[in-house]
Amino acid sequence: MSPDKKPLPILPSFSRMLRLTRPSREDAMGFVILAGLALLVFRAGEGMVEPLSSLHLEPVTLDPAHLPYYALRTVLRMFAALLASTLFTLIVSTLAARSRRAGQIVVPALDILQSVPILGFLTFTVTFFMNLFPGNVLGAELASIFAIFTSQAWNMAFSFYQSLRNLPGDLEEVCEGFELSPLRRFLRLDLPYATPALVWNAMMSMSGGWFFVVASEAITLGNTTVTLPGIGSYLALAIAHQDFGAVGWAVGMMALVIVAYDQLFFRPIVAWADRFRFEQTAGTEAPQSWVYNLLRRTRVLPLLFVPLGAMLGLLLALEPRRFRRRAAEPRPANAVTERIWQASIWAGVVAALGWIGHYVLTSLGLHDILLAFGYAAITLVRVVVLIVLASAVWVPLGVTIGLRPRLAERVQPVAQFLAAFPANVLFPFAVMGIVRFGLLPDIWLSPLMILGTQWYILFNVIAGASSIPNDLREAASMFCVRGWQWWRQVALPGIFPYYITGALTASGGSWNASIVAEVVTWGSHRLEAHGLGAYIADATTAGHYPQVALGIAVMSLFVLGFNRMVWRPLYAFGERRLRLS
Amino acid sequence: MATIAPAASLPVIPLIKVKGLNHYYGPPPGGHLVLENVDLTLYQNEVVGLLGRSGSGKSTLLRSIAGLIHPRHGTVERVAGPDCPDPSVAMVFQTFALFPWLTVQENVELGLEAQKVPPEERRARALAAIDLIGLDGFENAYPKELSGGMRQRVGLARALVVNPSLLLMDEPFSALDVLTAETLRTDLLDLWSEGRMPIRSILIVTHNIEEAVQMCDRILVFSSNPGRVVAEIRVDIPRPRDRLDPPFRALVDDIYARMTARPDQVQPTRDGVFPGTGIAMVLPRVSTNTLAGLIEEVDGTPFNGKAGMAELAATLNFEVDDLFPMAETLQLLRFAELRGADLLLTPSARRYAQAGVDQRKAMFGEALLAHVPLAGHIRRILDERASHKAPARRFRDELEDHMSEDFADETLRTVTNWGRYAEIFTYHEDDDQFSLDDPQ
Repeated sequence: MSPDKKPLPILPSFSRMLRLTRPSREDAMGFVILAGLALLVFRAGEGMVEPLSSLHLEPVTLDPAHLPYYALRTVLRMFAALLASTLFTLIVSTLAARSRRAGQIVVPALDILQSVPILGFLTFTVTFFMNLFPGNVLGAELASIFAIFTSQAWNMAFSFYQSLRNLPGDLEEVCEGFELSPLRRFLRLDLPYATPALVWNAMMSMSGGWFFVVASEAITLGNTTVTLPGIGSYLALAIAHQDFGAVGWAVGMMALVIVAYDQLFFRPIVAWADRFRFEQTAGTEAPQSWVYNLLRRTRVLPLLFVPLGAMLGLLLALEPRRFRRRAAEPRPANAVTERIWQASIWAGVVAALGWIGHYVLTSLGLHDILLAFGYAAITLVRVVVLIVLASAVWVPLGVTIGLRPRLAERVQPVAQFLAAFPANVLFPFAVMGIVRFGLLPDIWLSPLMILGTQWYILFNVIAGASSIPNDLREAASMFCVRGWQWWRQVALPGIFPYYITGALTASGGSWNASIVAEVVTWGSHRLEAHGLGAYIADATTAGHYPQVALGIAVMSLFVLGFNRMVWRPLYAFGERRLRLS
Repeated sequence: MATIAPAASLPVIPLIKVKGLNHYYGPPPGGHLVLENVDLTLYQNEVVGLLGRSGSGKSTLLRSIAGLIHPRHGTVERVAGPDCPDPSVAMVFQTFALFPWLTVQENVELGLEAQKVPPEERRARALAAIDLIGLDGFENAYPKELSGGMRQRVGLARALVVNPSLLLMDEPFSALDVLTAETLRTDLLDLWSEGRMPIRSILIVTHNIEEAVQMCDRILVFSSNPGRVVAEIRVDIPRPRDRLDPPFRALVDDIYARMTARPDQVQPTRDGVFPGTGIAMVLPRVSTNTLAGLIEEVDGTPFNGKAGMAELAATLNFEVDDLFPMAETLQLLRFAELRGADLLLTPSARRYAQAGVDQRKAMFGEALLAHVPLAGHIRRILDERASHKAPARRFRDELEDHMSEDFADETLRTVTNWGRYAEIFTYHEDDDQFSLDDPQ
């Protein structure tokens, strides 16, 4: 077992850290990076708790000099949301996995929440948070953070829950045999095992979050508009003023920020999380990160984790001396309690249904409902056509790229960057074009829906194509399998499970994007396509809350139905027949 | 008795008492019976082996003693002795069950950590255990950097470091290659004989008969479906034991004979070698290629149609779990007879060995239709129907009336493979249907 790579020095122990040696160059660099980050956080945090009036004193301007500060505020919001999502995930998913009853509620709820169009929520949550902190920026900040949170939390929680349900049985037995306390078990088994999937999901969710940052920083509440300093509101202002230069600055800044947090934050974490991957063999190449390698050489990083470690240590020390649980005796479920529990769940469902029905029907008629379904059908057609078109373009390209490892290595990060890039930033350009050439919005606005989400198809197909085993490809070329036969029998089956994953993500994202893509403005120009997205967006602008609620419900229904009836069966088929392993 | 065998010289003190153990898989009431009425007393200073095939419930028994499973009926009592006030257990796993994100040292310290042993003492004890088991120098390694044998050493050190009274081992060597397994076994036996481990007794689950004879003072043989203790064998061969020693060989043969013998042996070859009767018979997953290979092996020199099971296992490097299902399938198909510890080919099997491909298929098909009721049943239904097609779901449902879902699945898969080979019917995965052989 001799790894080819030069092994990195192992993380220094606490006692070694404190030994007085001359600080190394890495120490200095690490210290500067961390201190800089701390300063930035502090600077941005100051702005978050000012009174609301300060927003009017210092309104967002298009001066590019302010842009870095705006970017900082935006990034802070995103990380606050990420932190909240992580905490939510750890608590809710653990609860759902450990308690059968909690699981009965949490799991379906997460499943549905994943399909709910988040943008539709904004109106409701803003009112709530603004009332929590009247007259302070914090309320609006929290509303914005919550919007980003809703785009991250559900699928992170779902992934964590699934990891916890698939824990390796022998390790669970070890924990039980040694009578590990629940907390210790969580730290030793549950958390490490679920970490790689959680990190990956957090990264994906962070990309998704950008989309909502842009939409959630300039919040309109009836007659008043609260504009939080941030890239999103800068962009909104630039669009309102039809300032191309400013849009360009914002786009550039965003790209910079995405690259920066990818390099400084996610890459190091991915590289670190690799140690938790559950495989016993040292095989595949480990992900690398220069920041991680740098920080590992310093003595600053471990110091940062000392407080966290001490806190956990204290928690563990406070636990009862020995946690005794003799044999996981299957407790005979108390029939009465069980029935009461089931009954209360159903009562809750019926009550909620009744309440929603009452709310919608008192303010809306059957006509509205039919209208919403009609619009949903139009949007559905759009989504399907777009997925087909995007697949027709990206599948052949993705396969071509994926089969060339060198090329794939270069294209893959670009595709992932494009998926992270908020496509709504580019909408104004489309509006310009449509207005200039007098095109039909119903058709030409549609591509905007998939602008940001098509990349999921591309990078999943690339991943699928690069994982087609070399011997299969050699066999195919040996027997001169070419042309359509090659696609039908080698490439398409090889990428199928990957493609389905990508297409599923792309279609879900497109539904969500329809809310901003079916109504687009550029200065005084306003273009609108018919569809459920436009229906929700219009209702939001007009403040018709029942219609917003109806629109969200119908859209969730369509997304959920589409997932259940189309993607899941396809996915199951791929897993059963076409998984190459 | 040799001088170093600990069992001989010491008084008999019970350590664990298992009484009237019954366990079922599946939710109560009902379920599939896996352990039936098991009584067992483990004494101090002995190595006891649980020998049986998969599905005989030996792992379930081990986990009941470990406290990981709570059996439906019966008790497991840990008997406190004068010098052993609170008997404890620790377990070594077939899959090693190491935490890949913890180093060797951290893995070993896990149990001590749970007991809240102070860090300094924890470290010292872990180092001592690592040292004892021959892993010094690897303290900082992660499991993925170690070979299989080294990983199992970590598993052993982790179990020993908590000072258990009883060491439970669940097929600890079966995931290792032959040489590594032998080294590890010898090392473990040396430590045991020299009394260098803190444990009082060892309970080891295995399906390797030679391993059981080599290691144990006492062997409990389990029958399968449901698991029951069918024999208890004392091993009085002095240690260290030599596999080529005539008494060793004799005992191995004896155990093979006991394992082939049925408790209710009325007819020499009856249908019921596998649990269940008629179409409800649970069929093991044995491929037609291995069956053909086994027939050829026994038909050729040096066996000439009659082979001792132990010899066969040694020649082909098979364990009980591999060999018995094959031999019994041959017996079911009337291609062989199990007599004592010997496998005898029938005349039809010897003809089969000499036949060509098509003839072999025909012979196999005939045997299948005549002696495997499920195969006959499927064929009959297909013949009766005008379309010559039948959904597999229907047979699966029928089987599930008599056995668990997993067994039903495996049985159907086995009969599908046999039927396909014999070309008496075929199966289409796409629409989950059986049909008469009609290659499109």
